Amino acid sequence: MAVIPKFVGARIKRREDPRLISGTATYVDDVRLPDTLTAVVLRSPHPHARINSIDVAAARSAPGVVAVLTGEDLKGKVGGIPCVAPAEHIPFHPLLAQGKVRFVGESVAVVVASDAYLAQDAADLIDVDYDPLDAVSDPEKALADGAPILHEEFGANLATRALIPNPAVDEAIAKADRVIKFRIVNQRLAPVPMETRGVLAQWHQASGQLTLWTSTQIPHLLRSALAAVLSLPENRVRVIAPEVGGGFGAKLNFYREEALVAYLSRMLGRPVKWIERRRENLATTTHGRDQITYLEVPVKNDGTVLALKAKFICDMGAYLQLLTPAIPGFSGLMMTGCYKIPAMSFEQVMVFTNKMATDAYRGAGRPEAAYIAERTMDMVAAELGLDPVEVRRRNFIPKEAFPYATCAGLVYDSGDYNAALNKALEIVDYPKMRAEQAEALKHGRYIGIGIASYVEICGIGPSAMLPPKVPGWESATVRMEPDSRITVLTGISPHGQGQETTFAQMAADAFGVDIDDVAVVHGDTAIVQYGVGTFGSRGLSVGGTAVMMSVGKLQEKLKKIASTMMEAPPDQLTFTNRTVALKSDAAKAIPLQAVVDAAYGWKMPIPGMEPGLDATSVFEPTGCTFPFGTHIAVVEIDPDTGVVTFLRYVAVDDCGNIISPLLVAGQVHGGIAQGIAQALYEEVVYDENGQLVTATLMDYAAPRARMLPHYELAHTVTPSPLNPMGVKGVGEAGTIGSTPCMVNAVLDALKPLGVRHIDMPLRPEKLWRAFKDAKKA
Amino acid sequence: MFPSQFEYHRAASIKDALDLLKQFGDDAKLLSGGHSLIPMMKLRLAQPAHLIDVTKIAELRAISESHGKIVIGAAATHDTVANSDLVRAKLGLLAEAAAAIGDVQVRNRGTIGGSLTHADPAADYPATALALEAEIKLDRDGGSRAVKAADFFLDLMTTAIQPGELLTQVAFAPIPSGTGYAYLKYPHPASGFAIVGVAAIAALDRSGKFANLRVGVTGLGPKAFRATAVEAALAGKAADAATIAAAASKTADGVDALGDIHASSEYRSELARVYARRAIQAAVARAKA
Repeated sequence: MAVIPKFVGARIKRREDPRLISGTATYVDDVRLPDTLTAVVLRSPHPHARINSIDVAAARSAPGVVAVLTGEDLKGKVGGIPCVAPAEHIPFHPLLAQGKVRFVGESVAVVVASDAYLAQDAADLIDVDYDPLDAVSDPEKALADGAPILHEEFGANLATRALIPNPAVDEAIAKADRVIKFRIVNQRLAPVPMETRGVLAQWHQASGQLTLWTSTQIPHLLRSALAAVLSLPENRVRVIAPEVGGGFGAKLNFYREEALVAYLSRMLGRPVKWIERRRENLATTTHGRDQITYLEVPVKNDGTVLALKAKFICDMGAYLQLLTPAIPGFSGLMMTGCYKIPAMSFEQVMVFTNKMATDAYRGAGRPEAAYIAERTMDMVAAELGLDPVEVRRRNFIPKEAFPYATCAGLVYDSGDYNAALNKALEIVDYPKMRAEQAEALKHGRYIGIGIASYVEICGIGPSAMLPPKVPGWESATVRMEPDSRITVLTGISPHGQGQETTFAQMAADAFGVDIDDVAVVHGDTAIVQYGVGTFGSRGLSVGGTAVMMSVGKLQEKLKKIASTMMEAPPDQLTFTNRTVALKSDAAKAIPLQAVVDAAYGWKMPIPGMEPGLDATSVFEPTGCTFPFGTHIAVVEIDPDTGVVTFLRYVAVDDCGNIISPLLVAGQVHGGIAQGIAQALYEEVVYDENGQLVTATLMDYAAPRARMLPHYELAHTVTPSPLNPMGVKGVGEAGTIGSTPCMVNAVLDALKPLGVRHIDMPLRPEKLWRAFKDAKKA
Repeated sequence: MFPSQFEYHRAASIKDALDLLKQFGDDAKLLSGGHSLIPMMKLRLAQPAHLIDVTKIAELRAISESHGKIVIGAAATHDTVANSDLVRAKLGLLAEAAAAIGDVQVRNRGTIGGSLTHADPAADYPATALALEAEIKLDRDGGSRAVKAADFFLDLMTTAIQPGELLTQVAFAPIPSGTGYAYLKYPHPASGFAIVGVAAIAALDRSGKFANLRVGVTGLGPKAFRATAVEAALAGKAADAATIAAAASKTADGVDALGDIHASSEYRSELARVYARRAIQAAVARAKA
């Protein structure tokens, strides 16, 4: 009999991929139910306007139209979209605008018709009488006196304020050799998942049940929210996240259309489908980032950073989505990065503007934090004439100091920041690269070397770190079926991350079976026990731990049963090659199937033992994991055009132990792509009047392969002590390390021009201007 | 993204297409790839009642050599042009420009006739058609006429095509051996169109002076144009770096440059000068090789 290999740590191809690359996966739009109606949403062309009246008569009588609804029709019949994060002012967030529109793309009316073409024809017939109002798109201007007010009931555009004061910071500023002050911007980004949002709702009149297929990262949380908004019992609501084509945080939310389409299906007694168009996706799916940070950094002349003081202006957009005001908190808490900075303080001012709401986007607050920390290190180096490597080394938290309590009150689980930095420096051959850079400059070539040593927070986590309705625990059921195949039901809802592969690797090894003997099931609230979801790189460290807890319970039961059959103590037994064997002598074994037969059989070998092989566990972490690493980019800038050419890109990431090397590489690749895109290309642009300029992918510069470097990937391995696998999470690391790394590289190339900082995205035109201005000076 | 209702007609022949054009007049749009038209229809910015698909007309898809000219059918896809042995051997500049258009999906559907007819100010082909002095054949009911590329592009998305006319062929003189060429493009980071694209063809005499130079520029202004000031400044001049650079600095003179968030008009003008200089230098290097 062939020996079954071990799968954990092996280069296993993703088990999800065959259906994805063969085009046979089932996304929301692939779910076809008889008699389905199509909804089309009419949206505001205005950033800010009063709605005087809406004439829907012509639309209602148009061919194929079944219903046309406006905000007035929904008043008192359905709740608003919830924001579960605490904030001083949470505006009512209607499914369709009521009285006013507050951003371009805000839903104003919905048409339901027999097909999308007729629905759109009818939507074109709706006559909305708008009274345009002054709009504000700049969050700093929104705070000024006389700014147009979005929500009159609050009297101003302030949504909420967070203040973490610390007198030690001001003391540090007073006694510092120097205080470096600067302002940096993390610009607004659009997540642009390949699959846009989409919803299909089916109301079963006879049983009073609702089934909702939606492209979401959080089917269970969404079920709770949906039931509340529609006043339905939760056990009558089933949410299915079928194949989800990317979320990046944007689908960690509950959107107007999810409630609206469900409402319509119940109202009409027929299935209703709405599929988001790309233009809608760019305008009405949550955006990320959009933070302005003013920093004061007191330093000693040797490069020691004494404290960090920050003021953030955070753009919320027009309404608060599920977690909108919670995201900036991570930027503040993580802004001291890998460094033993003794004190920090921050103020965050969160502001309403006439723009789409911001919320989680890959990294969600930590890319902003890493950008602050790593730009700070380079600013300190530039100010003091020190090598950026030296400044980082001087300030690193030493590896002996872990677990390390930061001045922000977080406890970093484990780390060895120098090891990752050293490995990256070695791969790139740093001294040689610096020499080449100096030599090139003599010939008028501008080469830049950028370093970012990042740490981020993953595996959230203790529930206390999250709002009450978004807990931090995760669930898993592991079942051994009567044929000894294994089913894993996970409460996370992967949408591209690959847990169907990693969890199968883990379960297969634990029971000594083949990976093909394991099926991983997720994303259906009627099948899977209540869970939380996939976000914040928590799938493996939190969801995986729950899987391993259930695996452990099953192993224990199987060993107990086997021990009576084999007359050996349970702790002497192990699972290998589809047998239960003596640890000391693998030849003394019985088939796993025999033990399973006993567990499911008429006669349990152990009197009183519950038949069946099924275990459910919930894991609530005691702390978060803190992956880290160092990225180094080498670029050359063409002084005539400002065009950036990539010479090297080295990423050394430490995500603890690695279960699935190919998946880790994939996550790092994608993360770096999105991070470099923030550094160089992407920006959601609203003009000063609130019009969305980047309304299509002809204007919004999502990265293409040709716009990215070749990646050289490596790892250090510092296991986390907080979970049995020793893993940390890697879903966002690439995004977090690469943005500051690339910006530092470009600005390093511009250093001979005396340039200290340019805000992202570093479009070639901005760099060309830097050369031009330097020539003038 | 759902267009309003339209009727689709697949033209079987040029005559068929012209008859349909006559029948439906302004209510009809020609479909030849549709990579610009269909998105506009999906946004309902264009709402033609009739689409006349000309891409299935066999004679419009052909690439051939006749009477010393390379003749490319209007419905030849960018991919076909880029990979045609004939085009690669005798019209290398056109093959390079075709290969620089959009991405694989666009090149598999988009056509040379569609691109030239649409006359997007940032399209790649127009610069090449100008530099290669293409002759564009327009058929109408009962006749046809040939229009020189220089007379074809009139303004932003406006060409010399009259109502009832169908662009059927583009004819090019082969690039003589010993003549160098280059198409250099700065792609728009979102759309992949040319923020600036410069096509240059250069031939040198025995003393290394320009015997012939043609420079086509796309992306900079409302329409593609020949950089005649640059060509004139280099006529009969030595093909050295300084002379080329001085001449290329005139590339954007008198052009009302476009601008967007990715490239202002000022930057775009500078890119045109830099890319013209580099394209001419590259063409010269190949002419010498």
